[in-house]
Amino acid sequence: MDKNYLLLLLGMALVTYLPRFMPALILSKRNIPEVLVKFLNYIPVSVLSALLFPSILVVDDKINISPSNTLLLTSILTFPLAYKMKNMFLTVIAGMIIIVILNRILF
Amino acid sequence: MTDCEKRHLIFGIKRAAPIVLGYVPVGFALGVLAADAGLTPLQTGMMSLLVYAGSAQFIAVSMLSAAASYPAIIATTFLVNLRHLLFSASLSPYFKEISRKLIPFISFFITDESFAVSITDLRERNLSYTYLLGLYVTSYLSWVLSTVIGTAFGNLIPDTKALGFDFALPGMFMALLCMQIKDMKAAFIALIAGALSVFFLYVLPGNWNVILAAVITAMIGVLMEK
Repeated sequence: MDKNYLLLLLGMALVTYLPRFMPALILSKRNIPEVLVKFLNYIPVSVLSALLFPSILVVDDKINISPSNTLLLTSILTFPLAYKMKNMFLTVIAGMIIIVILNRILF
Repeated sequence: MTDCEKRHLIFGIKRAAPIVLGYVPVGFALGVLAADAGLTPLQTGMMSLLVYAGSAQFIAVSMLSAAASYPAIIATTFLVNLRHLLFSASLSPYFKEISRKLIPFISFFITDESFAVSITDLRERNLSYTYLLGLYVTSYLSWVLSTVIGTAFGNLIPDTKALGFDFALPGMFMALLCMQIKDMKAAFIALIAGALSVFFLYVLPGNWNVILAAVITAMIGVLMEK
């Protein structure tokens, strides 16, 4: 492996590690102000939703809200199960089975 | 290791299962692209070991194929991975409680997926550091190994899409979201965040959508409390 490539990796590693490490380090040393605590309480819900929506609505860089988007169709069918079961692993398995069946039927 | 720590370790490894299902096919796909870009399995593996960030690695590999300069690749990696600031801040109270000494080590493993699972579990129950090790290291190893295997044997790997693997990560996010939505307000927050995220994906290049959508929505949430 040439030296330049290794330097590239070290640079990438550093700029990735610092944002992962610094907030946890700084915030663990002091008491977090209450308004920041409230703010951070909303982060999990908003991040999960911000990750989920594009992953099922955007296919090949385009919004696809039609039955040809099997990821979206599967999500709609899986959602009630996910809400009822509150079980991550079973939801994933159920969704994977549904999408395989849909892909068979539709294509 | 106490009995409790052992149980938490096993629990963490089990909770990594959906992440592994999601990472393996994506890791293979990255490996195939990396091989096309002229990287060896060792080079891809080193990148995964040191950087461990899926979307940034996809962008880096495509920039390498386009012969982009190394400083440009590093700058892009930085911008794409800035969203981890938020994850790290949200996990900090739990990290502090579990083990302050381990923060430099465990914070390395924060990804979209590992954050999503661990923040949900840590809010629900008291867990020891072994849970984080089990969850984080299992996810990490699955990513590193699948990118190496993808680079080495990319062309031999069957179409994982036909087996439904492309729903693994969306399904996981959905399940975790359902666990977080406990009232109408949380449902409202989720809808705004999702809509903003898709919107920003369109109007801004470079993966700003998650961090912007989350920050704006969390601020709306705080304002609604008053």
